[in-house]
Amino acid sequence: MKYEVEHPEIRENVAKLCADFPGEYWRKCDREQAYPTEFVQALTEAGFLGVLIPEEYGGSGLPISAACAILEEVHRNGCNAAACHAQMYTMGTVLRHGSEEQKQRYLPGIADGSLRLQAFGVTEPTSGTDTTALRTTARLEGDQYRVNGQKIWTSRAEHSDLMLLLCRTTPRDQVAKKTDGLSVMLVDMREVRGKSLTIRPIRTMMNHATTEVFFDDMPVPKDSLIGEEGKGFRYILSGMNAERILISAECVGDAKWFIEKAAAYAGERSVFNRPIGQNQGIQFPIAQAYSQMRSSELMLREAIRLYEMGENPGEEANLAKMQCADASWAAAEACVQTHGGFGFAEEYDIERKFREARLYQVAPISTNLILSYVAEHVLGLPRSY
Amino acid sequence: MKILVAVKRVLDYNVKARVNSEGTGIDLANVKMSMNPFDEIAVEEALRIKEAGKADEVIAVSMGVSQSQETIRTALAMGADRGILVETDAELQPLAVAKLLAAIAAREEPGLVIVGKQAIDDDSNQTGQMFAALMDWPQATFASSVEIDGEQMKISREVDGGMESLSMSLPALITTDLRLNEPRYAKLPNIMKAKKKPLDVMSPEDLEVDISSRLKTLKVEEPEQRKAGEIVGSVAELVDKLKNEAKVI
Ligand SMILES: Cc1cc2nc3c(=O)[nH]c(=O)nc-3n(C[C@H](O)[C@H](O)[C@H](O)COP(=O)(O)OP(=O)(O)OC[C@H]3O[C@@H](n4cnc5c(N)ncnc54)[C@H](O)[C@@H]3O)c2cc1C
Repeated sequence: MKYEVEHPEIRENVAKLCADFPGEYWRKCDREQAYPTEFVQALTEAGFLGVLIPEEYGGSGLPISAACAILEEVHRNGCNAAACHAQMYTMGTVLRHGSEEQKQRYLPGIADGSLRLQAFGVTEPTSGTDTTALRTTARLEGDQYRVNGQKIWTSRAEHSDLMLLLCRTTPRDQVAKKTDGLSVMLVDMREVRGKSLTIRPIRTMMNHATTEVFFDDMPVPKDSLIGEEGKGFRYILSGMNAERILISAECVGDAKWFIEKAAAYAGERSVFNRPIGQNQGIQFPIAQAYSQMRSSELMLREAIRLYEMGENPGEEANLAKMQCADASWAAAEACVQTHGGFGFAEEYDIERKFREARLYQVAPISTNLILSYVAEHVLGLPRSY
Repeated sequence: MKILVAVKRVLDYNVKARVNSEGTGIDLANVKMSMNPFDEIAVEEALRIKEAGKADEVIAVSMGVSQSQETIRTALAMGADRGILVETDAELQPLAVAKLLAAIAAREEPGLVIVGKQAIDDDSNQTGQMFAALMDWPQATFASSVEIDGEQMKISREVDGGMESLSMSLPALITTDLRLNEPRYAKLPNIMKAKKKPLDVMSPEDLEVDISSRLKTLKVEEPEQRKAGEIVGSVAELVDKLKNEAKVI
């Protein structure tokens, strides 16, 4: 396969779609904490969210670099893919570990958008980053599971038909390793919502449609189990590289947006009878942010290259995630500083983007945990947690 | 029936145009280029006619630099079937484009040619009309609705003070107005398919067309900067300023 990372024709068309969703659209959504329904619908109808689903199941079957091109371009054009990026990749677990019957049943609908799988329930209030300590349980009764427990930060649950759920099917004290005994199931929320499933939105500092979710003896048919019972943690881990890579692409897009805005404003804004961009105090942070963005982008490309060769780029995907998130945050900071007071005015979209960019220092994996990963798995240091 | 659609690569409508340092034209180095928005409407209309079963093939044609292939690919991604580029680095004025288009029409024998009413770079609004004259075809410019019925078509066009309805027989030319339709987004599967659709590249010499310019651009200048306005406190003050400062009343 020819290694192609740019996908200019995809980028061009994504940019064109994004041009119809200008800052005022996002400001309105942000003000009302509203889901960007029209934007998500446009991306869905144009087939961009089915990019990774194989053609035999109705998607475009393109490599991850194509998905990265789409997400980067969305962010680079001032939009935000967080409302729907999970529709692209949550299905990966079904694709890799689901049965043929499950793939036939779900993937075509996910590819054309009639079925939404963009909720991923892993994090819980009491366990946090310590995933294997999660407390949501599923117990088999006849031909169905009964699920009890609670998830938090389950984004887009209100805008999803299905949820990929990680829960414990064998108690922790009955398994050899704490990573055993966890299972993944595909919950059809349409059937249980408002009954044994309660979804409560959480208001956050940016518009993110995130929620907390409560399961009260929720029935889940046995055939919703993905793969083998007890092996769920491994299935989730196998999708992490893809998630890290895709989030990195969004961060690169954000960084480019901030840098373009900052450079343009620095050239235009005149104070003391000259453009502020003539001062090195203004130029340097923007140039620095650019340099940081470019090197993070190269790390991302390396992760993409290895991923597309079928390797396991755990190190590169994690490093890319950390560096790209740092780059977008540095660019956000430079952009606000360049704009002075105007950086705080809603009208400029910078304060909104700034709030949005901050998330990626924490989710889907926080910087500390990436550093712990590198220390342990790359440098061979003792596990710190 | 074949439909021929002309698509032009122009400075993106979001980009602020700047005059080059020599004052001979617009600076196009490293700026975003896109398909002329009126041409997108033309492509969309052609596709709708085809989807309604009234045409079998949509051919996107462009004239200009080699990068115009990207513009043609955009039309192919929207759904056009194949593309033709007449490649040249020379400056092309409306008459040259109309002649090239006529040469291609002579080869392809389309039943309908659709072009944008104007290109947003030079705003000439001439190519369609010149083409129809060269072909001796009926033309309907600034179309805001198009209906085809057998060999006949009905067009409404926006004119000062209302709508004008025309009917004409095919083959014919139409130029598109802004309100004719809303162009679709290219779908990802079509974007990928577009890369494999045929795109013929030829030169003006291949078509034996003389593309030399008849007009000469002397100078291009930025319009004078608008001065900041002033907020007045009262109507009396306004009248006073109009009378004594601006001296317009
Ligand atoms: C807007 C938003 C959307 C989200 N969407 C989803 C979703 O869709 N699905 C989902 O499952 N989750 C989601 N999350 C959850 C997210 O993945 C977690 O917030 C994140 O993994 C951190 O977990 P926590 O919040 O429990 O923090 P904690 O685990 O409590 O950690 C708090 C802080 O301590 C640090 N820390 C913890 N342990 C260590 C250690 N051993 N060494 C050093 N530092 C440590 C962390 O890095 C962090 O900075 C979302 C979160 C947010 C904010």
